[in-house]
Amino acid sequence: MPDPSFLLLQSLNGLTYAMFLFLIASGLSLIFGILGILNFAHGSLYMLGAYFTHQFVSLFIDAPGQFWWAVLFASLTVAALGAVIERFFLRHLYAREELYQLLFTYALVLILAEFAKMVWGTGQFSVTRPALLKGAVPILDQYFPTYNLVIIFLGPCIAFTFWFTLLRTRWGRKIRAAALDREMLSSLGVHVNRLFTVVFFIGAWMAGLGGGLVSPVSAIVPGMDVEVIINAFIVVVIGGLGSFWGTFLGSLIVGQVYALGILVFPRLSLAFIYVLMALVLIIRPWGLLGRPLQR
Amino acid sequence: MILGVEKVRKSFDGFVAINGVSFSLQKGEICSIIGPNGAGKTTLFNLITGHLRIDEGKLVFKDQDITNRRPYQICRLGIGRSFQRTNIFPRLTVYQNIQAAVLVHRGRSFTFFQPVDSFFQKETEEILGRVGLKEYGETVSGSLSYGFQKQLELGIALASEPELLLLDEPTAGMSTQETHQTMELIGKITREKGLTLLFTEHDMEVVFSISQRIMVLHQGRLIAEGTPEEVRRNPDVQKVYLGEGR
Amino acid sequence: MSKENWILLLFILLLLGIPLTESRFYVFMGTDILILGLFAVSLNILLGYTGLVSFGHATYFGIGAYTCALLMKKASVPFPLALAAAAALGAVSALVIGFFCVRLTKVYFAMLTLAFSQIVWAMAFKWNSLTGGDNGFVGVPFPEFLDSRERFYYFTLGVVAVSLFLLHKVVNSPFGRILTTIRENPERTEFIGIHVKLFQLVAFMISGVFAAMAGALFGIFNHSVFPDILFWPASAEVLIMTLLGGIYSFFGPVVGAAVLLFVRMQVTSYTEHWPVILGFTLAFLLFFFPGGIMGFLQARFARPGGNR
Repeated sequence: MPDPSFLLLQSLNGLTYAMFLFLIASGLSLIFGILGILNFAHGSLYMLGAYFTHQFVSLFIDAPGQFWWAVLFASLTVAALGAVIERFFLRHLYAREELYQLLFTYALVLILAEFAKMVWGTGQFSVTRPALLKGAVPILDQYFPTYNLVIIFLGPCIAFTFWFTLLRTRWGRKIRAAALDREMLSSLGVHVNRLFTVVFFIGAWMAGLGGGLVSPVSAIVPGMDVEVIINAFIVVVIGGLGSFWGTFLGSLIVGQVYALGILVFPRLSLAFIYVLMALVLIIRPWGLLGRPLQR
Repeated sequence: MILGVEKVRKSFDGFVAINGVSFSLQKGEICSIIGPNGAGKTTLFNLITGHLRIDEGKLVFKDQDITNRRPYQICRLGIGRSFQRTNIFPRLTVYQNIQAAVLVHRGRSFTFFQPVDSFFQKETEEILGRVGLKEYGETVSGSLSYGFQKQLELGIALASEPELLLLDEPTAGMSTQETHQTMELIGKITREKGLTLLFTEHDMEVVFSISQRIMVLHQGRLIAEGTPEEVRRNPDVQKVYLGEGR
Repeated sequence: MSKENWILLLFILLLLGIPLTESRFYVFMGTDILILGLFAVSLNILLGYTGLVSFGHATYFGIGAYTCALLMKKASVPFPLALAAAAALGAVSALVIGFFCVRLTKVYFAMLTLAFSQIVWAMAFKWNSLTGGDNGFVGVPFPEFLDSRERFYYFTLGVVAVSLFLLHKVVNSPFGRILTTIRENPERTEFIGIHVKLFQLVAFMISGVFAAMAGALFGIFNHSVFPDILFWPASAEVLIMTLLGGIYSFFGPVVGAAVLLFVRMQVTSYTEHWPVILGFTLAFLLFFFPGGIMGFLQARFARPGGNR
């Protein structure tokens, strides 16, 4: 039986991972809830956020707040990319069946992954933590990185801000109405298309932010896109596609399962998370906090 | 009695869409349900055909309890339906649309190794002729005009040889002439086959001209029932449709 | 004989003649294309005919491959029996998985097929004692009576030809027609008297059987089975093949498999950035050629009469 401080540390690691997942999955959930598109490329945007942060850090050498500037610019770049993708490509597929939209986002996964390899090679990168947060905080008799602790609080704050700004403002209301009836709204003269681009921009921004913020914690390496998107899918399925708090709950669950599952059932831990996903879809397909489908 | 609806109730998230509706249909009757938008006409149809679950109440068809049976079971028992928004198989031809319904009705849907084209040619052609689509057999149904699609809808419903036919706004979106033609066609088929007909409509002329009995639905309740004349003179109905103080 | 039948005959003659070219390369390619072509056609029963988008079709391919290889190597089961067992297990797993999946629609259906395929992948990946884990299951021999590449090619051609013949009969039967009505309008199909979920489940099982057979052949062909044939990009790849060839055509997926394999082979000999080419090709396809290659050809040489 591992000692309690080790368990606590593992749990906190799970919590840190959960917060990154939450940032990315919120963007995914937002895009699905409003545009009806399951964006496979969301993990790729996250990956690009990390790579761009690494790139921009070297640009802002010796500047105060170097890390945060890099993250900001990197995530905005990713957001702009997202807007371009939606505006010039995805938009033309709205009239088609969902399969085409889904497969297009998958095509993006292939393209962006290879693009990253071409630009940055197959090696591994890391970004140094901002100087202020370099230390560690004592927890029981172990130490937990300060940066990770900050993320645990920062992650949900950012997502919360984004999501609720979108939903509580006038623009936000228009967007939600558009999700319910696109045709109706466009016939009323509302610029539904522009709305959708904004939503995609924001969702991509969140993914890019997630990637930027994770860059000091996790290795920036090819394959991080694929790994995170599957986990993000699991999160939104468990929590409920389109539900903010559901995504939060789902992230917590997935984070803890990954952190503690290895300790409890090491052999089954890989399959367990997928079994959980399948169980939710079988028993309660709209997720823990989503809206039930009617008959 | 061919259809019995007994104190049927349905609510959505607390909103009561159908509030204790009861009525019965006799075999061979031509009945219509009218009511303002949002009265619950399509919901009622969806409850009868099993597309929605009934919260409370009972449905009886030909002495059988069909409450909350699945739509495919209800169809097989002899209830046919057309839908408000045309519901056809767009990429299939007109002929294939109707033939599919005939195949199912004649119990050949689980045949795996014989070519489908050879089945029920005569029966399919007959229905095509009946609904006036004989020349359009090879046309891809999705490319038909709205009016013809509605005729195809009718053909698909008839292919299942129903005894009770539910038509949800059969002349919606049609010109006066098309409406007239459609209703004539429906009337002819109903008489020839001895069908019981229940339909909803907004076109009052249509309703009053061919209905033997009219039921008025308002906010999920039946507020009046009777012959066209009785309904026309009913003060509650006048209030609902024409406002107070006529 | 109709024009289509002439073209078909020509192809069959071509396929029969491949080993005569004495080229190891063509025989290899030919076998690969036949196997993956069958795999793609089995997916298309779900995708093009029934309108179900499965993101986990690799599951049955993988189950077929592992079953056949394991039975032959570990239990010395003769090949025909192992092949039959693979097909049977494909049917059973499709029944179980399909039972849960058909209760859902669209995105949720796709996600559940993905979840199940990942579960099976995780099992193959971790169950070292049975499957060899991520080191793969190696050393699978060709069955004795097929001990040459040419013989295996002809055997594969025979199995695939018979399978395609059966599948062709099924999709052109009344059952197959009902599948297309389900694709076009499941609600309406329910109300012509069809228990839609039952039909979807049967379609699921049929497609599972033939995917498993393709997988079994694949395992023997490669003398080994690795878990990555179960990993989700494999499911995406067969989807792309099917779409490339044309989902509204029976032989479309075979054409798609052939083209994809051929192009991939050419491209990877020049550059290691095949995925980006694939991505652009897929995107191009989605925007401009949703009917795939066969759709494009059919539109070019159009004939009246509806779509099957």
